[in-house]
Amino acid sequence: MPETATRAQRVLRHPLLWPVMALVVLLLVNVVAKPSFLDVRMQDGHLYGNLIDIMRNSAPVMLVALGMTLVIATRGIDLSVGAIAAIAAAVACTRIIGAGDEAALSTAVMAMTYAVVVCIVLGAWNGLLVSVLGIQPIIATLILMVAGRGISMAITDGQITTVNNPFFSDLASGFVLTLPLAFLVAVAMVLFTAVLTRRTALGMLIEAVGINPEASRLAGVRARTIIWTVYAFSGLCAGLAGLVIAANTNSVNANSLGLWIELDAILAVVIGGTSLMGGRFSLAGTFVGALFIATLARTIPNIGIPSEVNYLFKAVVVIAVCLLQSPKARALLRVRRSAAPTLAKAGSPA
Amino acid sequence: MVKKTLVAAAAISLSTFALSSCGSSSGADSGSDSNDGTITMGFAQVGAESGWRTANTKSIQDTAKAEGVDLKFTDAQGKQENQIQAIRSYIQQKVDVIAFSPVVETGFDAVLQEAKAANIPVILTDRAVDADPSLYKTFLGSDFVVEGEKAGDWLVENAKDADVDGDGTVNVVQLEGTTGAAPAIDRAEGFAEKIKADDSIEITASQTGDFTRDGGKQVMESFLQSDDSIDVVFAHNDDMGLGAIEAIEAAGLEPGKDIKIITIDAVKDGMQALADGKINYIVECNPLLGPQLMDLAKKVLDGEEVPARVLTDETAFTQEDAKAALPDRQY
Repeated sequence: MPETATRAQRVLRHPLLWPVMALVVLLLVNVVAKPSFLDVRMQDGHLYGNLIDIMRNSAPVMLVALGMTLVIATRGIDLSVGAIAAIAAAVACTRIIGAGDEAALSTAVMAMTYAVVVCIVLGAWNGLLVSVLGIQPIIATLILMVAGRGISMAITDGQITTVNNPFFSDLASGFVLTLPLAFLVAVAMVLFTAVLTRRTALGMLIEAVGINPEASRLAGVRARTIIWTVYAFSGLCAGLAGLVIAANTNSVNANSLGLWIELDAILAVVIGGTSLMGGRFSLAGTFVGALFIATLARTIPNIGIPSEVNYLFKAVVVIAVCLLQSPKARALLRVRRSAAPTLAKAGSPA
Repeated sequence: MVKKTLVAAAAISLSTFALSSCGSSSGADSGSDSNDGTITMGFAQVGAESGWRTANTKSIQDTAKAEGVDLKFTDAQGKQENQIQAIRSYIQQKVDVIAFSPVVETGFDAVLQEAKAANIPVILTDRAVDADPSLYKTFLGSDFVVEGEKAGDWLVENAKDADVDGDGTVNVVQLEGTTGAAPAIDRAEGFAEKIKADDSIEITASQTGDFTRDGGKQVMESFLQSDDSIDVVFAHNDDMGLGAIEAIEAAGLEPGKDIKIITIDAVKDGMQALADGKINYIVECNPLLGPQLMDLAKKVLDGEEVPARVLTDETAFTQEDAKAALPDRQY
């Protein structure tokens, strides 16, 4: 089969096909509801439109999902990302407020650097629990998921902290080359990670650890170091996401910032075709998945779904996408439609 | 065998003695408290989930201190079981009066029965419960419907100014609170009821922003993209209004002028935006319940009749009011 596969069949088998199709269909639904949905125009020297908003709003989920992708590839999971995002925002905002010159560029840079370092430490803590102490990832990261929000509340005294720093604000609302800075930061992180994992053996080693940590250790892979590193990296990504979210509203609300973003991120990863069983990952898939999540969020107000059925609508879309991606479900559909059994195999995972 | 039984019996009797003495001593304490005129109040707070709540807690603690009320305070951290435990311990300590802001509406019947059996009056603050009204003395709190009505009234009065684009209709978009939350439901209801008075006012879109700035901003961004005839934003709290301001500014419009903004709460950041002219009207939802609560507690303990529903003293602010009120705003 593979040798004789036509171009069409290769496309059909490409793992990115279904996520991209889901995104395209969702965009089409929006266009049908509001024909002007895809319009983009110039305003105040930058692009403006739904697509631009979607890019900007996808940045936090994309960052969190990026870290999550590598964690999931090692057969782990990181539930603490939302809490880490809240801590990053709390640390950065309180430092900006406490600085001598609240609006200075150096204040923003220092505060953000400090916050990111704190988040790497928190991620490393997760990595320590998982890799050295051997605690199951879901439990190990659950600890920080619960405690982290308390920590961020303690940092901000439970108050919504508002900051006035134009440079910090630019992280979310600024534009570079007419595109949202937040989106560019997220894309740069994705590209950086892609080069790092796919141009070196790192990606393969991560996948090896995900398939069988013990076997990979015996084969000479430093499984422990790799697991530790991916959790620290996830902490870094979550911290960046927290900064973007806080900059978006120039404030931090420790209660709600990044709440449930871990679930959106896991969803983005899964929609992108990375298996929760570990052992393989797709950064391009995660990229598309994050855009899908942001588009879905925009779809709800755009087509005027009433608030009461928001979650129901979201759930229906997600289950539809998951069914589309499931080779078994597709095979079932196809067997019903036509009696061509050979085709049923075409959708098996690449 | 006999020896063992004896020891066990002694241990049991000792422990019961310890328990009862413990109970009676604290009972004696609070008994003497009520005799010498000091009021002991047990207050079970919801948590510290927002600036509003923190101001609420502070007001109650400060007023208790100022009026010499012995306040026993617990924070339920948003969990009903913590709150029920706290109320039970207040009953055991035989406080003079119990006050609390219920975490949720249901499930308090049993513990309220216990308080009633112990003859301890209960005052609800800020939030209502779904229980037999005979189980508590009174409910002190805001009327969210009235808050929505005040917002609606202001819009009806200022309908002409609010029709920014001058097309004869006032197109309102609504940023709702968390779906299913009492403030969100009631504020929407009160607002919708009042704007019926003017046919030109119409809610063209309504979506939840979850009471957060981020939520308000994202929903408002979407509204701005799909509709360029928006005249007014009605946000169920200040935070969503503040998020909407950012979205409006990002769209190259001037909040407060190109699009009028009405919000509810009057927290500090909201008042600042109002004074800066970015918000047009804020209906207050007052967290400073302390003075009214202590007043009610005294009346209840003196055997005076109190109304079953007491409204918080609340007002509303225009931009001029905000400028005047801002310097000595506590929260």
